[in-house]
Amino acid sequence: MTYLRPKFRHPELQKNKLGYTVDYYEGALSTLCAGCGHDSISAGIIQAAYEMNIQPHKLAKFSGIGCSSKTPAYFLSNSHGFNSVHGRMPSVATGANLANRDLIYFGVSGDGDTASIGLGQFVHVIRRGLNMTYIVMNNGCYGLTKGQDSATADQGSKNKSGNVNLFEPIDLASLAIETGATFVAQSFSGDKAQLVPLIKAAMNHPGFAFINVISPCVTFNNNMGSTKSYDYVREHIEATATVDFVPDMKEISVEYGKGTHKNVTMHDGSVIQLHKLAEEWDPLNRQSAMNAVLNAKSKNEILTGLLYVNPDARDLHHMIQTTDKPLNSLTKSDLCPGSEMLNAINADLR
Amino acid sequence: MSVKKNKINDFVVRFANVNGTGSASANFLFTKAVFRMGVPVTPKNIFPSNIQGLPTWYEVRVSEKGYLGRKEEIDLLVGVNPQSMMNDVKSVRAGGYFLYDSTKNLHSEYIREDINYIGIPLMQMCNDAYSDARQRQLFKNIIYVGALAALLDIEFNVLEELLSEQFKGKEKLIPANIKALKLGSDFIHANFKYPLDFRIERRDLLKDKILMEGNAACGLGAVYAGATVAAWYPITPSTSVIEAFIDYSNEFRDDKITGKKNVAIVQAEDELSAIGMVIGASWNGARSFTATSGPGVSLMNEFLGLAYFAEIPTVLVDVQRAGPSTGMPTRTQQSDILLAAYASHGDTKHVLLFPSTPKECFDSMLDAFDLSEELQTPVMVMTDLDLGMNDHISDALAFDDKREYKRGKVLDASDLDKIERFGRYLDVDNDGITYRTLPGTHPTKGSFVTRGTSRDEYATYSEDSEAYQRNMDRLNRKWDTTKEMVPTPQVYQNKNGSKNGILFFGTSQFSAEEAMDILKEEKIIVDAIRIKSFPFNKEVESFINSHDKIFVIEQNRDAQMKSLLMIELGFDHKKLISVLNYDGMPITAKNIFDQIKSYL
Repeated sequence: MTYLRPKFRHPELQKNKLGYTVDYYEGALSTLCAGCGHDSISAGIIQAAYEMNIQPHKLAKFSGIGCSSKTPAYFLSNSHGFNSVHGRMPSVATGANLANRDLIYFGVSGDGDTASIGLGQFVHVIRRGLNMTYIVMNNGCYGLTKGQDSATADQGSKNKSGNVNLFEPIDLASLAIETGATFVAQSFSGDKAQLVPLIKAAMNHPGFAFINVISPCVTFNNNMGSTKSYDYVREHIEATATVDFVPDMKEISVEYGKGTHKNVTMHDGSVIQLHKLAEEWDPLNRQSAMNAVLNAKSKNEILTGLLYVNPDARDLHHMIQTTDKPLNSLTKSDLCPGSEMLNAINADLR
Repeated sequence: MSVKKNKINDFVVRFANVNGTGSASANFLFTKAVFRMGVPVTPKNIFPSNIQGLPTWYEVRVSEKGYLGRKEEIDLLVGVNPQSMMNDVKSVRAGGYFLYDSTKNLHSEYIREDINYIGIPLMQMCNDAYSDARQRQLFKNIIYVGALAALLDIEFNVLEELLSEQFKGKEKLIPANIKALKLGSDFIHANFKYPLDFRIERRDLLKDKILMEGNAACGLGAVYAGATVAAWYPITPSTSVIEAFIDYSNEFRDDKITGKKNVAIVQAEDELSAIGMVIGASWNGARSFTATSGPGVSLMNEFLGLAYFAEIPTVLVDVQRAGPSTGMPTRTQQSDILLAAYASHGDTKHVLLFPSTPKECFDSMLDAFDLSEELQTPVMVMTDLDLGMNDHISDALAFDDKREYKRGKVLDASDLDKIERFGRYLDVDNDGITYRTLPGTHPTKGSFVTRGTSRDEYATYSEDSEAYQRNMDRLNRKWDTTKEMVPTPQVYQNKNGSKNGILFFGTSQFSAEEAMDILKEEKIIVDAIRIKSFPFNKEVESFINSHDKIFVIEQNRDAQMKSLLMIELGFDHKKLISVLNYDGMPITAKNIFDQIKSYL
């Protein structure tokens, strides 16, 4: 646990378009173990929100239960947060989003919270295409209860007590693609250069955006034989492509050679740039993305980067045709049919 | 045949049908015709957990005196289900009538000497009159309604009027239906003495009363209360609450300019998710609710604890059915009282409302949304299958256009600007109710993390014993405030007339009131109170205090309301005498009378 955070800030910290420096996006002091991958992801979220010029109070952050679910307290302290119950964050985020479609919805979960107790809610929030970013801080173990294997632990992976996991892991990225997520990415907590643009692109995505981030547990799952240790992940990581997210087309300055990059233009005109593409993989094609994930898995590789995106994603509000105004802003005059109408209803019941 | 005066507008007709044969609309036509003749009528569906094939009954009590509870004595049974016919024949009172399809001869084992038989060749008549197979099945039902019209003196033009209303826009269906009604009544006219020794006579007893199901009233109440988010998981007997909400929303919540909807209704993957969505939406400032039954409330316990502890408005309709476990899904009970009152682990208690009529269902929804937002806590509207899925005669629904939604203590940006430091759980007004903020309100003030873990007054995570206990004590202070805000009970007398009182709630009202009259006929006077809410108001406490014996009438095995009275108000169990009914059928006045009589 980090006890102290220096109050000193560089006097010339750069301001974003809203005039905020990056520290405006920070949260309370983390109580996670020193070196926890989750803290790096929090830092990535802070950086992404800063670079995206987000008004923190126009973002709502959600989590379930577990180490990862504590992190919303550690970033964006000017955002409302909701640390809900175990495995049920998706439903709470769904309700909140239905109530006010104008905010940005950001969920953080862990592999226990998502792949075990929350697997049902996870796939159903995906099916509904809720407009939110959903990050799993995936370390393959239960940290808060001292290191038991989770459902994402690889078969044969050894935990700190030396126990070997016997069971098939749940692959959250391919599950997300399968069940209809319209933005699926995978990353590593130790790769901020890749993670930050992915988070930015995810926040900009108009549907359900999922990022599975391998985030080693330094205390319980960073040992020899674990497939979620820093060393193992670094050795087995394979990027689909390097990723840039460009909210405004004018900023594009670098040109790449033919066949080595791809621009994915989103509906609002922003662009996801992918460089050094693998030849057999097309991020716009669900089946091709699925194959790429499965191929990597068969080679014991962890495929990172953007795996799949559908720029034409439509969210839940679009599907159920809710009005453009946030529902929580409607008043009695919008909602209540009044006494005269009630008299007519009474007459029909006689 | 001499007509006994006391049998006018006072009898029970039971229909024994096969589920899924279209009998429901024919049977309702009968009920509605009695209603239109100005006579109190109460129908009960007794149906299986099945879509097609199993026996289903529809029992209609007609009561000049306005008794709307169930009565066990069957005067006339329309027995068109061979599967249940043996028991149906047995169920008729001595001297009563059994109406059956005489296309085939009635087997000798169905013959009782002490009842009368009315055989109508329903199948034969349908086959002769209609060529379409589905019509032949459906019109069998209409034919027996026509026969009943003749037997019971129902005005034929009332039936015609009802059919023309029912088929408005599909007028070409009307003549075939009227033909079936005529076939039935003509057959009676030609073959039997009519009317019977019990019959219907036009009255003007209903004035502006309506006939409505409680579930529909709950759904409509949610529309009037301004609910904009509904999340649910289908479960009998609550499903039609949301179905009504969907129907009324289609009518009233389409934005006239854009064609989009001023409502979001989501069928969740389970009850856990449904209540999670409700809590998320309410947290974000929308009025939101769900409807479920006992098994759903069991699943929602975890989230109800969160909503209690994190203080998030939550409205839930619990249409109770017979438990435990899957129990009898299509039978009624009041057996979720303790489950709902103390839902979830740790020290929790929840606000409950107990409506008795469709009008009260409607009002309860208005109250539930106000109370849950003012108190920032779950409010459960406790109905049951009897109220929810049966048509009930009720006072007309009413809405005062001047009534505003009470949104509770929510700070806006200018409020926050005036505060030096916002404390989500600071008891500023000393009533236990603290101020909340909604996401997106202010760039730098009012944000906090909502959590199910312990925290201090500023919503900061805390394991400090004193901070935890201060918070728990404040929640109790809020509970005391709640007692002043929930609906007060109905007390039946201005001055006590007896040392004995009866206490009841919800759908026990109808039979309890009737039982009081029967007791009075035996010169036994009891005072009465009907509880409308939990926590108990002081009126409940003083009613019990001012009587020697209290008969607590409820529809469950374990005397749950009695337990709640003992726990919350500390009454001696000997003072509270249970009058229970838990067979899944609505409680009857005779049952109540017999149980009370055995003590007095």
